[in-house]
Amino acid sequence: MLVHIPSPLRSYTKGVSKVDAEGVSVDELLNHLDKQFPGIKFRMIDEQSRMRQHIKIFVNKESVDTVKAPLKSADEVHIICALSGG
Amino acid sequence: MAKPQGNHVKLLIGTRKGAFTLTSDPVRSKWNLEGPLYLGHIIHHYMCDPRDSNSQIMAMKAGHLGPTVFFSKDGGKTWKESSKPPQFPKAGASGDGNPEPDKNLAEMTEAAKGDENGKEGGEKKGSSVDLVFWITPGHESQPGVWYAGSAPPGMFITTDGGDTWTPVEGFNKYCQESDGLHGEGATPGGQLTHSILIDPRDAKHMYVSISVGGTFETTDAGVTWKPINKGIEADFLPDPDTEYGHDPHFVVMHPANPDRLYQQNHCGIYRLDRPDVKWVRIGNNMPKEVGDIGFPIVVHPTDTERAWVFPMDGTEVWPRTSPGGRPAVYETKDGGASWHRHDLGLPEEHGYFTVKRQAMCADAQLPLGLYFGTTGGEIWASIDEGASYSCIVRHLPEIYSITATLE
Repeated sequence: MLVHIPSPLRSYTKGVSKVDAEGVSVDELLNHLDKQFPGIKFRMIDEQSRMRQHIKIFVNKESVDTVKAPLKSADEVHIICALSGG
Repeated sequence: MAKPQGNHVKLLIGTRKGAFTLTSDPVRSKWNLEGPLYLGHIIHHYMCDPRDSNSQIMAMKAGHLGPTVFFSKDGGKTWKESSKPPQFPKAGASGDGNPEPDKNLAEMTEAAKGDENGKEGGEKKGSSVDLVFWITPGHESQPGVWYAGSAPPGMFITTDGGDTWTPVEGFNKYCQESDGLHGEGATPGGQLTHSILIDPRDAKHMYVSISVGGTFETTDAGVTWKPINKGIEADFLPDPDTEYGHDPHFVVMHPANPDRLYQQNHCGIYRLDRPDVKWVRIGNNMPKEVGDIGFPIVVHPTDTERAWVFPMDGTEVWPRTSPGGRPAVYETKDGGASWHRHDLGLPEEHGYFTVKRQAMCADAQLPLGLYFGTTGGEIWASIDEGASYSCIVRHLPEIYSITATLE
């Protein structure tokens, strides 16, 4: 499925803003991303499987708040570095 | 093992917005600034390995992203991200990922419920590293070993020069089980683990400090820990005789006498000569109008009596700027019995500097060079053992750390 990568994480994807990854859950998707782009997952998800404070993930434009959220192959995922002021 | 060589002093500079290097000519009169590396990333600590100058480590995070560590094995020419940065064990699992056999069943059930419920429940259990604040090269006998300190309090070790990190479980367990040593969000930046000091005579003997936590000692390579804070004042706590909870800002072990420790604390400047266990407040000998509050303390590489501090205003609401707007370095040449002001070259008035705890250092040249960086992005240098200063670079981001090495 299509995954949109925000600019702070594009050092991992060699500048690419849209990548393909697979998974039946957000966690699986992020694991697949991490296999392609080592290190990217830990910058978004902490060691307790919690999304970091300023990371938001949208599936088909709906925000999800857990990595256990299910995914279908036709879904489109946006990873967002949430603005919090400034 | 490659040792630092050459006669060009090189300063490794970590800032709030990236890393830089400053390299001197042989007489330290001209400096060449290079960088930024990782512009926009918060570099909390940027260290070179005194055992092998090709080995360098940076602790960093970014505004939106989690913490990580980068390491170089070619003197900073190329960098690689740690494949396993410092991180606590997942809740309900031991350090190696296996279930803890003695874990309370109710706790495990609660943790599992949290995971099932996703983000909200998961937040109740398990610590996560918010930032890697401190990096220390390991003992001379252990090439490739480095230690890292985090907020919330945690200690981590790498044995491969920074690629993979594992928790120092004894320290982390001690913090988790001690009231007030596993706070998240306390003090600016959280409770910071810093000043990881390794006894050059014994790799198993270490001291570690935590801001709003105190100083702790191990003699078994980190398996067990005990507080060592007697004599340190803690006027912000209801119990001034507490075993821990003090606020060390920076602790240094003297390289020429590892039994001598100097400490710049939230409540003054102290010295401890082991095997004594009671710190002596040598900051009482500072001028009263200046006080003895500050972040960094730097010691002379060979003279155990000499140390330098950069006092800051710790009155009322704690401006943390130079007292009276008159920045100065204070030096002791007698182990803290007396202090001497050095402000030649520094602003005579309206100089409201703040120098953070890792942002002051000395080189090992003759005469000794002393350097400090400010939150205003200036780096000041003295090449006459701290007597006078000149600004060698301006307009950098807020300086978080400076380390001197040779090139």
